[in-house]
Amino acid sequence: MKKPALLVVDDLSVEFTQRGGAPFGLGRRSLAAVNHVTLELRAGEALGIVGESGSGKSTLGRAILGLERASGGAVTFDGMRVSGGARADMERLRRETAMVFQDPYGALNPRMTAAQAIAEVLVVHRKVPTADIPARVDELLTLVGLRPELGARRPASLSGGQCQRVGVARALAVDPRLIIADECVAALDVSIQGQIINLFMELRESMELGLIFIAHDLAIVRRLCDRVAVMYLGRIVEEGPTEDVFRSPRHPYTASLISAIPEIDPDMVLAPHLLAGDPPSPMRLPEGCTFHPRCPKAQDICRSGQPPSERRSTGRRWTCILDTKTPANEPMEVS
Amino acid sequence: MTAIAARPLYLRRFPGRTTLVVGLTVVGLMLLAALAAPLIAPYDPVFQDGTARLVAPSAAHPFGTDNFGRDVFSRVIWAARVDLQIAFLGVVFPLVIGTTIGTVAGYFGGVVDAVFMRIVDVVLAFPYLVLIIAIIAILGPGLKSFYIALALVGWVSYARLIRSQILILKSADFVLAARSLGYSHSRIMFRHLLPNALISSIVFAMSDMVLVLLGGASISFLGLGVQPPTAEWGIMVAEGQGFITQALWMTMFPGLAILLLSFGFSLIADGLGEWLGVKE
Repeated sequence: MKKPALLVVDDLSVEFTQRGGAPFGLGRRSLAAVNHVTLELRAGEALGIVGESGSGKSTLGRAILGLERASGGAVTFDGMRVSGGARADMERLRRETAMVFQDPYGALNPRMTAAQAIAEVLVVHRKVPTADIPARVDELLTLVGLRPELGARRPASLSGGQCQRVGVARALAVDPRLIIADECVAALDVSIQGQIINLFMELRESMELGLIFIAHDLAIVRRLCDRVAVMYLGRIVEEGPTEDVFRSPRHPYTASLISAIPEIDPDMVLAPHLLAGDPPSPMRLPEGCTFHPRCPKAQDICRSGQPPSERRSTGRRWTCILDTKTPANEPMEVS
Repeated sequence: MTAIAARPLYLRRFPGRTTLVVGLTVVGLMLLAALAAPLIAPYDPVFQDGTARLVAPSAAHPFGTDNFGRDVFSRVIWAARVDLQIAFLGVVFPLVIGTTIGTVAGYFGGVVDAVFMRIVDVVLAFPYLVLIIAIIAILGPGLKSFYIALALVGWVSYARLIRSQILILKSADFVLAARSLGYSHSRIMFRHLLPNALISSIVFAMSDMVLVLLGGASISFLGLGVQPPTAEWGIMVAEGQGFITQALWMTMFPGLAILLLSFGFSLIADGLGEWLGVKE
């Protein structure tokens, strides 16, 4: 049975304007950090968003939570449009969503103890009666695997992993139905990474938590997420069930990312066509397919005209013109 | 780690500790002297002994007497009450006003920021002391006018300082986290941003106390601040200048008191700055 969508992102764009040299806004240029992105997330589902730095994945995460002004498109949370910015809707979004950040220290106020940071959420959102706040704080700390005594410490006297757990506990204090985790393990040791990932997996199951997991580490996404969306220069170039995408990537960019995952096995030789160079400047996007300057399979047809339109087959979509087996925008059964 | 953290602060070593301790001792002793003035001062600070005018320092009058036969030592001690009050109140009002304005301007940016910062520019365009004297001249002489003038003029430095800190801090993840959790603007500004931005202002306030103290003394010297016969170091220096060749002690000792207190505040400012890593 299909659950109804918890979050629908429909054609969302975020543009940043860069001030030009001339007065009165002349010479102003804009870049699309998020470019017509469409996504769906069901309750209890984990969606990974992957891509290189600068691909717009963090901006997308922030725009979904209304922390970045969208220049177009809509975000619907639990059937309620939240991108319009109506106050009541935003308040509801704030009460039911939370974010976990990359830098475990930077995400916590250095002047507040762990317990204070968690208690603040409970106070602001009136989650529990005032008298029960200390007990609830201890409960949340225990839930994320911290001893309640650590609540008395400030971030400076906690380790990175402990800080990240405090960040997760603070997010959980909201009783969220959706958590957006932005590179939340990238700054942690590998062993701690595993613990945080396991924590998320447990919470997702026990609390029916929708999770958007923004990462550049594909191995972690593969482990944690049901579906994965690959972003390149503000666009989603491929999306589908994690295992399908990892086993048979349809977009050359996805294929390059996957072939670049380092293997533990020393005899494994990394794929020959690793991604070269950096993505082009989003201020001046290449014509045609934005990936063509780095694409190992690029042909003349990729180098001009409009960006390729989306192709779909069951549960998957991608934007590459070279895949001639599937006609654009027409569903096709794949066994 | 925990063993070190558990040691009280005064036993721990940290950069700037010696400076801070010396500064705190100097200011602390002067504060103590001011509080205990009735016990320490041998004479009433305004009592005029017609038989002992311009007496040089001696056992009976350690700092000598002035042209009215008042004991300079007693006056210097009593004056500490007035001058410490000037230093404190003269800094508190600008600190509070400037910090609030700077926080709001830095956080909201845009038009609010532009308006406040242009006001700051206008105030800074005038020489500090001249502006204060002008305001006191309008309001009438006295300490109250002095505090009002300081509040009107002094807040700009704090506003600028805090604003620059807020601008750096407001893009920090913990501020984004606070926004994502739906905290109100005032909570984000005053619970999250301000406590992290305040350190440099506190350090600046300590060195500002020196300026205010000297400013207060100058204003009183000009007859616009504390009025005679109240004992205040600035007035005492002013009164003594006519007798500087005959009775150097009349100006020297209150002058030294100003110097010592300023020195103490400067050391506290430096020590705090070094300890907390704040560059001025």
